[in-house]
Amino acid sequence: MEWYSLTPEEWSAVHLSLKVAVVAMLASLPAGIAVAWALARRNFWGKSLLNALVHLPLVLPPVVTGYLLLLSFGKKGFIGSYLAEIGIVFSFRWTGAALACAIMGFPLMVRAIRLSIEAVDTRLEAAAETLGANAAWVFLTVTLPLTLPGIIAGMILSFAKAMGEFGATITFVSNIPGETQTLPSAIYTYTQIPGGDAGALKLTAISIVISLGALVVSEYLARRAGQRLSS
Amino acid sequence: MSLSVSVKHSLGSFMLEAAFESTGRLTAIFGASGSGKTSLVNVIAGLVTPQKGRVAVDGKVLLDTGAGLYIPASKRRIGYVFQDARLFPHLTVEGNLSYGEWFTPKGQRYASRQQILSLLGIGHLLARRPRDLSGGEKQRVAIGRALLASPQLLLMDEPLAALDQARKAEIIPYLERLRDEIRIPIVYVSHSVAEVMRLADDIAVLEHGRLAAFGPVAEIAQRLDLVPPEDRDEGGAVIVMAVIAYDESSDLTRLTATAGDILVPGHIGPPGMKTRVRIRARDVMLACEEPRKISALNILQGTVVDLVPADSSAVNVKLDCAGAIIMARITRHSANVLDLKTGSRAYAVVKSVSVSGPFPR
Repeated sequence: MEWYSLTPEEWSAVHLSLKVAVVAMLASLPAGIAVAWALARRNFWGKSLLNALVHLPLVLPPVVTGYLLLLSFGKKGFIGSYLAEIGIVFSFRWTGAALACAIMGFPLMVRAIRLSIEAVDTRLEAAAETLGANAAWVFLTVTLPLTLPGIIAGMILSFAKAMGEFGATITFVSNIPGETQTLPSAIYTYTQIPGGDAGALKLTAISIVISLGALVVSEYLARRAGQRLSS
Repeated sequence: MSLSVSVKHSLGSFMLEAAFESTGRLTAIFGASGSGKTSLVNVIAGLVTPQKGRVAVDGKVLLDTGAGLYIPASKRRIGYVFQDARLFPHLTVEGNLSYGEWFTPKGQRYASRQQILSLLGIGHLLARRPRDLSGGEKQRVAIGRALLASPQLLLMDEPLAALDQARKAEIIPYLERLRDEIRIPIVYVSHSVAEVMRLADDIAVLEHGRLAAFGPVAEIAQRLDLVPPEDRDEGGAVIVMAVIAYDESSDLTRLTATAGDILVPGHIGPPGMKTRVRIRARDVMLACEEPRKISALNILQGTVVDLVPADSSAVNVKLDCAGAIIMARITRHSANVLDLKTGSRAYAVVKSVSVSGPFPR
């Protein structure tokens, strides 16, 4: 085994990690924008409760979040059992890993987008209203484009969190090579077997490269969006 | 064209209470900052819902709290030009202009893009971003954006307040053309006596949230008591005059009205054109006999109809010059020496006048 080549198992861990992270990021985006908008612009009963709930994964031990997911989305869980009837299964599947990652990254995503929405000048929204745009159009044509830098930042944070998620994932969907063994799980496995150091190091290097790459891309996109929006 | 507004709205300790009906092309809402001008136009636009109120444009009721009728801002078709332009930073000038147009149902579009671009002189800016525009250009694009939505009424909230003197002078002629060429009523908010006297047909004066006076410009102009103390020098009469001829050798234009003829510097416009002349009270001297050998060009004869003490030393004299009212601010001492009283004949010596125009071609 050369130091620069990857075994099929290692490749599958890299591939799976990217897939899980991208799916988690994209699937949670609409909900992230909706929750961020509600928290930034609306006053409703239970707002602090929603805010606490969103931030919960940030403060709970990841294992606890994973276990709660297992209880609710597992095959016998109170949500999972219904979903299983219509053919949607999360437990011990890569989709479960994506769900765990999405939930762990959600507070970070919502926070970034919320701050960005709060920074949008409501006077511009009022101007759009006088020009004939109803609330939905104001949101789509003014609020959303002006929030773009925050949305990009939120997506990257969610992606990065997903790339590194370990505790909730391994608790919820275990560590099955080819199905739920993401990069962190694979690294953890290597550290548990004698002579696994080389493999762990390789995957660690890949992990660093992907995370740095995401950071660079997000910086670039945010700067471009920021330039376009500066008034 | 008609606009009917009646509002009762309290904001903390501030109470806005005003009602007026205007049929003028341009109705000015005049008042010091904090007098409730912006709140009033926000009610008209639908951005603020008052506790009690009724708003109707050309007989179409947009708000009637008594009847529980509330048309949202997006459906009112009222153009709004804000003090701070509020162009969308993520769109080009072209995108900003198209924004309102896009939301207007095809059957209700009357605005001609070509006409508006040339009226405002913004045709060359289309590809630019708002951040690359000067303050005056931003304001013109904002006006164009509001007009292209084919509104039934145009609200302008201190559109010149954020601009320097040169930019103001650049935009005012466009506003005059707008008033004279588009067929919708305009509500113009300002705290500047000069702007209001130059542009308005009707004026509503707000003081601490209450309507202190409402009427045609010529009438309100005579009420020097309505002019805030810091702008006292700006108060004076407004009369409409017609151009007779321009004399190139002296660079003077002769204007006429029932009150008589006056000469003003520069080329104002073609013969027959009506123009609005503002004569500030402090620029008028009074004489009991016709002055001779005097450098002032403009002397109008009239009868004193009223004398109102202005402060401890000055008095405002209202002079009827064959139907046109001229205001003069002189010292009480002079009034005594000249023995001016109601019915006295007097000559108004006008030192300078400001005339609307020349108009952009």
